[in-house]
Amino acid sequence: MTKYRISKTRFVDQTKTISFTFDGKTYHGFEGDTLASALLSNGIHLVGRSFKYHRPRGIISCGSEEPNAICQINDNTDLTEPNVRATEIELYDGLRASSQNCWPSLSFDIGGINNFISPFIPAGFYYKTFMWPKGFWKKIYEPLIRMSAGLGKSPTQPDPDIYDHKHEHCDVLVIGGGISGIISAKLAAKNNLKTILIEDKNILGGSTIYQNNKNFIIDNQKSNEWLINEISELEKLDNLTIKTRTSLAAFHGYNYLLAKENISDHLPLDKKRGIIRQRLWKIRADKVIVAAGAIERPLVFHNNDRPGIILANSVKKYLDFYGVSTGLNNIIFTNNDSAYETAVSLFEKGISVKIVDIRKKSSSSIVKNAQELGIDIYWHSTVVNTFGYKKIKSIEIMNLSEDGSNVTGNKNKIHCDCLAISGGWTPMVHMHTQSGGKLDFRDIDQVFVPSEKGENHINVGSCNGDFELEEIVKNTINKVKKFLNINEDGFDKISVLCSKELEKKNIWLLPNTIAEGKTKSFIDFQNDSTAKDIKLALREGFKSIEHVKRYTTTGMATDQGKLSNMHALGIIADTAGVKMGTLGTTTFRPPFTPLTFGSIVGRSVGKFFDVVRKTSIHEWHIQNNAKFENVGQWKRPWYYPINNENFHEAVQRESKAARDSAGILDASTLGKIDIQGSDASEFLNRVYTNAWSKLGIGKCRYGLMLNEDGMVYDDGVTTRLGENHYLMTTTTGGAANVLYKLEDYLQTEWPELDVYLTSVTDHYSTASICGPNSKKILKKLFPNKDFSDEAFPHMSYQDAIIDKIECRIMRISFTGELSYEINIESRYGKSLWESCIEAGEEYKITPYGTEAMHLLRAEKGFIIVGQDTDGTMTPIDLQMDWIVSKKKYDFIGKRSLYRSDTIREDRKQLVGLVTDNPNEILEEGAQIVSELDKKPVEMIGHVTSSYFSPNLNKSIALAVVKGGKKMKGQKLFVPMENKNINVTVSDFIFLDKENKRIHA
Amino acid sequence: MFVINCPYCGERDQSEFSCGGEAHIVRPKQPTELSDDEWAEYLFMRKNIKGVQFERWNHAHGCRKWFNMVRDTSNDKIHAVYKMGEKPPVL
Ligand SMILES: [Zn+2]
Repeated sequence: MTKYRISKTRFVDQTKTISFTFDGKTYHGFEGDTLASALLSNGIHLVGRSFKYHRPRGIISCGSEEPNAICQINDNTDLTEPNVRATEIELYDGLRASSQNCWPSLSFDIGGINNFISPFIPAGFYYKTFMWPKGFWKKIYEPLIRMSAGLGKSPTQPDPDIYDHKHEHCDVLVIGGGISGIISAKLAAKNNLKTILIEDKNILGGSTIYQNNKNFIIDNQKSNEWLINEISELEKLDNLTIKTRTSLAAFHGYNYLLAKENISDHLPLDKKRGIIRQRLWKIRADKVIVAAGAIERPLVFHNNDRPGIILANSVKKYLDFYGVSTGLNNIIFTNNDSAYETAVSLFEKGISVKIVDIRKKSSSSIVKNAQELGIDIYWHSTVVNTFGYKKIKSIEIMNLSEDGSNVTGNKNKIHCDCLAISGGWTPMVHMHTQSGGKLDFRDIDQVFVPSEKGENHINVGSCNGDFELEEIVKNTINKVKKFLNINEDGFDKISVLCSKELEKKNIWLLPNTIAEGKTKSFIDFQNDSTAKDIKLALREGFKSIEHVKRYTTTGMATDQGKLSNMHALGIIADTAGVKMGTLGTTTFRPPFTPLTFGSIVGRSVGKFFDVVRKTSIHEWHIQNNAKFENVGQWKRPWYYPINNENFHEAVQRESKAARDSAGILDASTLGKIDIQGSDASEFLNRVYTNAWSKLGIGKCRYGLMLNEDGMVYDDGVTTRLGENHYLMTTTTGGAANVLYKLEDYLQTEWPELDVYLTSVTDHYSTASICGPNSKKILKKLFPNKDFSDEAFPHMSYQDAIIDKIECRIMRISFTGELSYEINIESRYGKSLWESCIEAGEEYKITPYGTEAMHLLRAEKGFIIVGQDTDGTMTPIDLQMDWIVSKKKYDFIGKRSLYRSDTIREDRKQLVGLVTDNPNEILEEGAQIVSELDKKPVEMIGHVTSSYFSPNLNKSIALAVVKGGKKMKGQKLFVPMENKNINVTVSDFIFLDKENKRIHA
Repeated sequence: MFVINCPYCGERDQSEFSCGGEAHIVRPKQPTELSDDEWAEYLFMRKNIKGVQFERWNHAHGCRKWFNMVRDTSNDKIHAVYKMGEKPPVL
């Protein structure tokens, strides 16, 4: 056994040795240790450097509040993780941990130089100093700050671990497996309620489980022995699920809670692989009992941050739970009775201990116990300084003045290797406030306690401000019985004896002989903010706690100020001369302790990150070398390169083929909504800008849909399949939103209409064949059909049969070519497509992707909603006045088309642009100006679509330009990074304005 | 994350629903008769109350039905849920 492992306990198995490394050196601990307890058993206190001054820092606590012992684990592997608290890592074989925030090494830290220049690094230093000279920030300040102030290294490899999410419902959720949580869970489960108890440690019992002091007795047993029996009874209850290693992350409204369970973090490296690492539980509980406990407060005095200065109850836990003494020559510095339990424990194990107490006396049984043992107590005294660079060596104490505001007498130097501090206790009210609960300030011991208003949750135990064992046990029983409506409890004869604290005193910032500006009394250990910083912020005019917090960064580190918030508030109240309760607290936001990204994301990684939608023809596209483009969740063929064609070459070839002979496009992804009902025509009249009543059965019509604000929302062709039956198509990306919007109007504004909407996007696949030879190909596919213009005119539809399968043929065109779209049930999509390819072979039918489709429609001047529009374009802006019915009394957006803003003549309007150099292709999104020399440069529009047209053999573009309608022929400029491109405003229909090709 | 009692499906998690803003704003029957100001009042002006608010909700990932809900925006307490077309409850 190492020098500091001084006793055996039931919680650490000293027959099972575990080896691990810290900063490259190998050490040994035992099963049951945390990394922190194992390091301390080896005498290691120095584990990191502070953030700003790079002062040596040691382990200060034993739980999630730890601000100093922050480690990188398993560095340079795919399992590496930064910012892990050594106090929370269960030791396992092969664990490699290293300290963070120290460069080049822990014991020689170059940033430590900041410590000596610290008078020049006050609060707000970063805001004040690095502002000038301006150019220095990017090249000098930022890299320097990043190098010296980093908080661990992010992993560079993909996370190999598996994370999981699970939903759970229960009658009662108990948060915290300490004594009050155990009593609560037992009461709930024994009364037939489905109960879950979660505890973040690996075993239940909280701090009572190692409380073997004779002053704390339940039913004539030491409190730890009583609790051990209770736990073994608990494990027999059927209604109860106990989840250890599970920490509550968030407590939302309506009792919706998130809890993270560590499943494999404590296992040796070779056993971690292949199993779930962490699981995020999403719990909906009928009732919640919060038994989250309390966190011990430090004391704030000069040089209170040296390695070897540890919270008193943590010293007790290391001793009584892990069998590790944090020092062999201890001093306890306290303002309350609880630290005396630590003193008695140390003394009983034969370890030297003295006590410094800021109070004049205390008459409780635990203090009497310490006095009877003969432990030296320095009453009414305070620590004024500490010494020792990498570990504490000695302290200086002085007497307090009568009112405690100053120190008197001589300094008394005492040697030590550990200083255990206790400033009282802070109830963990985080859960309560996260759920929306409010707090009350209790003056007597200066704590915020929950003010119970919630109907569906209560707080019990020390998180409710009950600190003495008797009140914890009895209040918990009474409160839970009332909350759960229970009569039978089995605890009616319970007897509790405990020490009771009668004398209370607290000083947020302990006095000193040294001028305040020269002291280093740390409040936030992780962010290195001191009492002096808080006072400076107040002098500079910050008043709100939220502002002081941000200016000084107090409470803003990864521990979220668990140890520092109360002292910051207390010092503000004292300095400003106001009552602490009136200041309020800062907001406690989830998560209570940091969550891994993995646990948040769960299974939604890799191919499960998002839904991928593929058409039924997808396999064919892959076999034919398609490159895909994401359109919403859809994978659409973008272009089909042949041999070594690049993107441009392929698109040019596809676009030319579609106009010269025949092209084929997979148009299955367009949204399709089946509309039925006796009022279907009237409904379309109201949602589209044009008139629908007179559309004959078997005819198709293009429609433009607006928002109520008059802006173009979606477009597409709708076909009248029957008297009361239409098939609407929408843009690929807009399908879901259009359906949502139509349902909204139907259900809320026009419930009198007899109309039913069904999404059929996935039900049909669509092959679109265009080009001068398309009619011939259709004739081959459907030999019995008459495709003459008289029998099957443009903008009409007919039912047909191919290979005995019914399908619909629409003669509609998005390219300006003669064009047919064949809709067939999705499962026949691929076979239809293959038939088309086969029939088209003699005409060199060319599959084309979305890029060629975009190019072709731009030649014809057809807009794409979402590319040439951006939610600020009216149909008038798009020069589509022809589609806005003048006769219709109303349609969605109509009234907005003549608002004062929408009739402005200088709105951005759709125009065509041709470059003076026909080979110059504009960049989509490029800005357009009319005067190059004007300063500031006035942007009058931007390019929305731009291509090189192989059919016109020149560059073409669509753009929106202020007042563009009246600018035809005008010269404009598109300034680019290193040149200005000269352009001329043109018609936006570049090809076949007479519509000859559609009827070819 | 509250629980909403859909009038058609029963209690479901909030994540199944989407909020459609203030309720009981009726689309004018004769928009063309309205002045710019009157139309703007309908089109743009919405209350954003801290406290009890009447809202439209849609069971988007469920029955797709729209309904109305009375919610206290300061604590998410839901006071009433009722179907479209029904009279708002007096609280
Ligand atoms: Zn529903």
